[in-house]
Amino acid sequence: MAHGPAKGFTRWLYTTNHKDIGSMYLWFSFAMFFLGGFFALVIRAELFQPGLQIVEPNFFNQMTTMHGLVMVFGAVMPAFVGLANWMVPMMIGAPDMALPRMNNWSFWILPFAFAMLASTLFMEGGAPNFGWTFYAPLSTTYAPASVTFFIFAVHIMGASSIMGAINIIATILNMRAPGMTLMKMPLFVWTWLITAYLLIAVMPVLAGVVTMMLMDIHFGTSFFDAAGGGDPVLFQHVFWFFGHPEVYIMILPAFGVVSAIIPTFARKPLFGYSSMVYATASIAFLSFIVWAHHMFTVGMPLFGELVFMYATMLIAIPTGVKVFNWVTTMFKGSMTFETPMLFSIAFVILFTIGGFSGLMLAIAPADFQYHDTYFVVAHFHYVLVPGAIFSITAAVYYWLPKWSGNMYDETMGKAHFWLAFIGLNVTFFPMHFSGLAGMPRRIPDYNPLWADWNMISSVGAFLFGAAQLLFLFIVIRTIIGGKKATAEVWEGSHGLEWTVPSPAPYHTFSTPPEVK
Amino acid sequence: MNTQEKQAIRKSIARSLALVVAMFVFAMWVMPPLYNLFCEVTGLNGKTKGQYVPVSAEVDTSRLITVQFVGTNNENMTWGFKPKDFSLQVHPGQAVVTDFIAHNPSNAIMVGQAIPSLVPHNATDYFHKTECFCFNQQTLAPGETANLGLQFIVDQEVPRGVNTITLSYTLFDVTEAFPEAVALKQRELEEKENKNILSVR
Repeated sequence: MAHGPAKGFTRWLYTTNHKDIGSMYLWFSFAMFFLGGFFALVIRAELFQPGLQIVEPNFFNQMTTMHGLVMVFGAVMPAFVGLANWMVPMMIGAPDMALPRMNNWSFWILPFAFAMLASTLFMEGGAPNFGWTFYAPLSTTYAPASVTFFIFAVHIMGASSIMGAINIIATILNMRAPGMTLMKMPLFVWTWLITAYLLIAVMPVLAGVVTMMLMDIHFGTSFFDAAGGGDPVLFQHVFWFFGHPEVYIMILPAFGVVSAIIPTFARKPLFGYSSMVYATASIAFLSFIVWAHHMFTVGMPLFGELVFMYATMLIAIPTGVKVFNWVTTMFKGSMTFETPMLFSIAFVILFTIGGFSGLMLAIAPADFQYHDTYFVVAHFHYVLVPGAIFSITAAVYYWLPKWSGNMYDETMGKAHFWLAFIGLNVTFFPMHFSGLAGMPRRIPDYNPLWADWNMISSVGAFLFGAAQLLFLFIVIRTIIGGKKATAEVWEGSHGLEWTVPSPAPYHTFSTPPEVK
Repeated sequence: MNTQEKQAIRKSIARSLALVVAMFVFAMWVMPPLYNLFCEVTGLNGKTKGQYVPVSAEVDTSRLITVQFVGTNNENMTWGFKPKDFSLQVHPGQAVVTDFIAHNPSNAIMVGQAIPSLVPHNATDYFHKTECFCFNQQTLAPGETANLGLQFIVDQEVPRGVNTITLSYTLFDVTEAFPEAVALKQRELEEKENKNILSVR
């Protein structure tokens, strides 16, 4: 197995190598991150001041919709799949993924899905403008004609995610090196195994809900149309039955990443490995029974509100187990603060803030005040940006030396961290206040009452965007050259991926390693 | 990769695919009926039941319940649509008759469908309709005005806390979905016209 990668562009088209496919996923997600970020900056530029300055309200709605869709399905999810492709086989001592050809396919349908989604921007009637949650009847009766393209794009993304998830399950369950029992697997592998099960459980529900929309729009059914005996509220139930596990799909692998990084730089093993595994599984289970907390104001009986309120609050317990685990891992450790560690610590702190605002939103009577305000926007950006984005960034800094063989520039990495950290908080913290003061989300123009908070948010957003350009520069510079990395890369690193040379050879673990 | 491992992988794929298919079926064919059933049992989404066969029961004259009526048009519906009585005081157990008035101001035959919704939701199970125009579609000729009949009984068992019930109808334009109803009305109109011509002669 001495042969290396094929030459030329067809290497990337035909490759079945998990490292190639992992890199493609990561680059694709990076590109989508900038596309979605650009949409976000259009939103923030319009909201810099009250009044309508830059874009038409309908285009503004298209921007909020496309920003959400691109970030969720284009940036965060493929980034984690990319990390899984790169790291899971190397962490469990497998030569490749279980289904290498399907792996190629599940990546290569993604660019087509997003090309289709992005092309709706240039269609007559414009892109989808009904929000990333695409509530019926906004997305059926009142949707622009491009909604059909949106539906097929979601179908393709779903197919890609399902294939990726099946591949990960088959790999983890069957291809672990001899001696690696389930409870010896690195937490990143564990969290991804659970995430993959969430994916195959709920992506078909997403496919189902868009298929019902398609049938309502084109084939005369009335799933969500009251005139024909359907019910728009049914849409919300089906959507959030997918949607709530979906938010954990975007955060569980992040838990895995952080659980790998913090022990490395605290130079201590993770405080409680098995409690982390059980906490992850509990969160995954709970994610299926809390969906209606997104719909407190839809008109539920008191009993329903209470059930979903308490179930939601229950999630704070396994999440608390995780947060305390990370804190106690750092406690009395000989910590150093390299860039991946900085991002991970910021993750722990900021994700906890997002978790607390989540608890506030979980209080059903209070939610009537917060519902659909900027407080909600602040909440889910505090869990997704420091949660998903920061952990992906930390993972890239952590494993980039292994992937490229070169160390990144620590000073520039730290500069990136501080710019991103300040940018993020300046952008999203004021949204708590504008939201509590009553500013509704997805509105291009607003009461001057909220002008100051919005101006601050917009300044922060551009700072955060600039920080990501620096990130792109750092990544490219590291790949081109830099100080050579050792096999272990980090002083405190543990795990199979650090036993192979840096950069990782094209084929690793062709003969399985022995795990004691 | 040895054959044993290949087989194990195949098994994992088969299991995962089975879950995928099961969840798709669940979303498309189980969740909507389940939701409707749930709403029917709890009265949650304000959907009233179908036709009620009245059972002889005493009228409870000790209680008076206010029943309010609301008529709204869905977007794109051009008809005039309102209740004849906006509010009625009824005794539980008493059979009450009222009307909604619909007018088609357009110059085309149109078909309308009224969809009921009732609040509070804990009254849904105790509001019985013995006759309702909402059980089928209404076809109106251009300029035609019709009284749409509604007969209902509020159950004697209606919870104590319920003193006001609001019944709302939203009228939808379903002309395109019922071409045969339009054709029928067309024939009726033509026959009438022929008769008129004959009688004039």
